[in-house]
Amino acid sequence: MKLVAELGRRGIVFVSRLGAAVLFLLLAVRGSAMCLNRGKLILQQLYAIGVLTMSVIVVSGLFVGMVLALQGYYQLVNFSAESNLGLVVALFMVRELGPVLSALLFAGRAGSALTAEIGLMKATEQLAAMEMMAVDPMKRVIGPRFVAGIIAMPLLAAMLSAVAIIGGYLVAHGQFGLDAGVYWSSMKVGVDPVDDVLNGVIKSVVFGFIVIWITLYEGYDAVPTSEGVSRATTRTVVTSSLAILGSDYILTALMFGGF
Amino acid sequence: MWVGIFMIIGIGSLLMLALQVSDAGRGGGETYRLEARFDNIGGLTVKAPVMIGGVRVGRVADIWIDQEDYVPVVGMDIEKKYDALSVDSGAAILTAGLLGSQYVGLTPGFSDIYLEQGDTVELTQSAIQLETLIGQFIFSQGANPDKEGG
Repeated sequence: MKLVAELGRRGIVFVSRLGAAVLFLLLAVRGSAMCLNRGKLILQQLYAIGVLTMSVIVVSGLFVGMVLALQGYYQLVNFSAESNLGLVVALFMVRELGPVLSALLFAGRAGSALTAEIGLMKATEQLAAMEMMAVDPMKRVIGPRFVAGIIAMPLLAAMLSAVAIIGGYLVAHGQFGLDAGVYWSSMKVGVDPVDDVLNGVIKSVVFGFIVIWITLYEGYDAVPTSEGVSRATTRTVVTSSLAILGSDYILTALMFGGF
Repeated sequence: MWVGIFMIIGIGSLLMLALQVSDAGRGGGETYRLEARFDNIGGLTVKAPVMIGGVRVGRVADIWIDQEDYVPVVGMDIEKKYDALSVDSGAAILTAGLLGSQYVGLTPGFSDIYLEQGDTVELTQSAIQLETLIGQFIFSQGANPDKEGG
């Protein structure tokens, strides 16, 4: 009986949190629409969210591309199909790994920081103070971060893919002596600008939206104590990682499922 | 300033993905449509290349069955700059390598009259199917038992 009650309680908490998150999203979208003419705030957040995440994205992209090229070469050489190595690396990055990996890194690097920042603002009653001064925190704090997150995510994903393809080239050309022309031209034949590149960009925009939504909501909803902020930060990373991987499956099924 | 660098690098990588990796600039040229009727298209798919002597001149845009006589028809988008294809040109479905993907190979003809938008290539040669070939081979082996007797 106790178990049933506990299950019901969790269900209610889950549904009410989901509802609160959707309401928060509506307010955040309204807030971001209103802050669009305040470019300086968005620029500040682009620096904090985008520029500071760039180093992590570039370094991991380089290594992911190099590993993909290594593993791909060892397998493809069995079928003497190593001339398609460039295509394999490019398709993998543009379709899947670029958007997903950059979103995961984004959630870990920028998302956790944002949640902690907003959670601490709430814990130290900065948000309440803003409301006292008739400054809407939705417009001043949440909105710019929301916009900046959605702008930064596709750019970061494109950077990750591009750097990884270059990293793959370094391995393919430097280590295995694959011809540069073969590596680049195999991509051009097999990668479609709309089906692959554009769909990858759409994916990363959706991921950016999901991650920034979860991130900001968890921060805004955090219990205003140091323990509450730390739990909110953990929840941000866990929830957004799961949401990215889950929605990636759905998006892939919709995009590449023969439509 | 850093944000500007970030935006430039980000948009630069998007452009690189679009142009260097996927060659978006090339597909956008003007094309005209040709059709060809085959007995069997084998494993030909939409977007397969159309080549003349190994050089890509277009791509397969559409594949459908003629509703009247149930013959497969292949619609091809050929780049406008290759608009001097004679009406007696031939089309064949070929395979890149032994097990590679299939493509349409065009053989230019000699007539002074050229194919135009919506015209049909008359001389066609269907895809060679490995199964049929092996079947024919086994059949012809079975039909001449005296050859093996020696």
